[in-house]
Amino acid sequence: MTIQEAAAVTDVQRADVGDYIIILEKVRKRFGDFEALRGITLRVKRQEVVVIIGPSGSGKSTLVRCINHLEKHDAGRIVVDGIELTRDIRNIEAIRREVGMVFQQFNLFPHMTVLDNVTLAPRLVRKWPREKAERIAMELLERVGIADQAHKYPGQLSGGQQQRVAIARALAMQPKIMLFDEPTSALDPEMIKEVLDVMRELARSGMTMLVVTHEMGFAREVADRIVFMDAGLIVEEGTPEHFFTNPQHERTKLFLSQILHH
Amino acid sequence: MTAQANLSSDKKSPPAILEWMKENLFTPWYNAVITVALAALIFVVLRALFRWALYEAKWEVVLVNLRLFAVGPYPEEAFWRIWVALGLVGALAGLSWGAWGGRNWAPSVVAGVLGAIVLVLPASPNVKWPLIGVLAAFILTHVASMGRSRLQRPLVWGWVLSFFVILVLLKGLGGSQVLADVPTSKWGGLLLTVLLALIAIVASFPLGVLLALGRRSELPVVKLFSILYIETVRGVPLVTVLWASAIILPLFFPKGVRVDNLIRAMVGMTLFSAAYLAENVRGGLQGVPRGQYEAAYALGLNYYQAMRHIILPQALRAVIPAIVGQFIGLFKDTTLVAIVGLLELLGIALSVIAQPEFIGLQREVFIFIAAIYWVFTYAMSYSSRRLEARLGVGTR
Repeated sequence: MTIQEAAAVTDVQRADVGDYIIILEKVRKRFGDFEALRGITLRVKRQEVVVIIGPSGSGKSTLVRCINHLEKHDAGRIVVDGIELTRDIRNIEAIRREVGMVFQQFNLFPHMTVLDNVTLAPRLVRKWPREKAERIAMELLERVGIADQAHKYPGQLSGGQQQRVAIARALAMQPKIMLFDEPTSALDPEMIKEVLDVMRELARSGMTMLVVTHEMGFAREVADRIVFMDAGLIVEEGTPEHFFTNPQHERTKLFLSQILHH
Repeated sequence: MTAQANLSSDKKSPPAILEWMKENLFTPWYNAVITVALAALIFVVLRALFRWALYEAKWEVVLVNLRLFAVGPYPEEAFWRIWVALGLVGALAGLSWGAWGGRNWAPSVVAGVLGAIVLVLPASPNVKWPLIGVLAAFILTHVASMGRSRLQRPLVWGWVLSFFVILVLLKGLGGSQVLADVPTSKWGGLLLTVLLALIAIVASFPLGVLLALGRRSELPVVKLFSILYIETVRGVPLVTVLWASAIILPLFFPKGVRVDNLIRAMVGMTLFSAAYLAENVRGGLQGVPRGQYEAAYALGLNYYQAMRHIILPQALRAVIPAIVGQFIGLFKDTTLVAIVGLLELLGIALSVIAQPEFIGLQREVFIFIAAIYWVFTYAMSYSSRRLEARLGVGTR
């Protein structure tokens, strides 16, 4: 191993990308015969909240999952916080440290308590001592309103509580970006609000967020920008104002009429 | 149940037990018929068995050869080493029970009662006092460590370390005066059975986990090797593996290099067991949802960390019954090494009944060793159920 390579292990190369924390250029992804992403170009600024909407199968989730390399993109470029997403595992892990993710199915670790769920990654990846990890975990659990459940197991919590733990778990890594992949789609209606409240607060605190959701109220209120996708392409994007009052494309109008007047 | 029983005894007066029997054993009429028939069958079988065991069986064959069954031809002057090893295990077991079992006096009481029984038995003092010593080691350490769960982590290392200490104790060190070398050909009986099973279990576990991970690996060479290995070994009977390791293996070594017979058998059993274990573990790995991998990776964990902390704990927990079942099978399969000339429990039994003075006493000998196998395998399945219950926390 040369000295340059040794240095690269700890500090991957970062490009100067100015204000853009996420850059996607002509990103393509196919699953067998199905083309999920057909050339996506998108730039996200620091502290921006971008909500991605679109019919199911339009590629929203795939797009988000490509950003932290849960899916490998086939073509195009992805640069996150100046780090280019390549096949290099060091780059992938460096990006994953900066990007938190919240899943539709929560994906909490069922064999660990809530507190262990939240402290695990900081202790293993950030090498924090237990005391520090637990102190910060408790602050985060306080922030999402479930500090009193810290010593329970995920299976003992409601869906809404589990999703709030999942948010705290992602935040514990102190990420620069948070990805949300339909975070409220698996929840009972009465629990959606408690999760959206946490996300609202997070957006206000200045976190860069990329949110896939069907919650139009949340999109309208919180988003800086809304991106509408269909069949693997970005059809239209703009401010919520523009988007809900004056959509340009027929496909967007159709989708909005279906989702708002069902 | 008890509440129901109380209720019924308040109302009328047929005793609860009769009521229960009537409901569960004699209603409707065909259940009554089955109950009576089975009870008769059990009675006949048990009566014959007890009559034979108490009046006809010549248990001297077991009593006279007890030492052979226990340790085989292990030299008498080195017996103290076995007792020290047992004492070490007793102490570790006591500490473990104390550290994991909470404030529960039962284990110590049971050990005390056993000690009292040993004390009044007409056993030779060479056995009696060391045995009481082992029990005392258990009781002392158990009482001292009760409820101290902080000992758990050091104890795990203690067990690992003791494994090697015991091997050195039993084998001895070449050239040492105090611990003279005992050739493995002098190991036998239950001692050899337990050692074989223990070493095969301890060694095949990590190997099996690695093979299971290898089979699911994305690296083609690793994957291919794992599949080839697992499928080849699973396609061959254990007896063949033992023959192969005993007879074919030496052909690959240069002349003059002799690999110990026992080590060859151990290697054979370990390699064999690892292949089956790998398939059990793979079953567990497949049961862990994809979302668990994704959540682990999304948090920045690397492959090793994700496996060690997220995936394997869940996968292994799910297949504890299968793994313990396999280890029970492995314990019983140690009998097959009799084929390559090792005198484990069955080998000793066969050599005992071959002696002229014990001809015709196979029944006693085989029932005796069957009882030993049963005690050990039942203890294994019992601890597996305890382990499952313990680990069940939070998996609803």
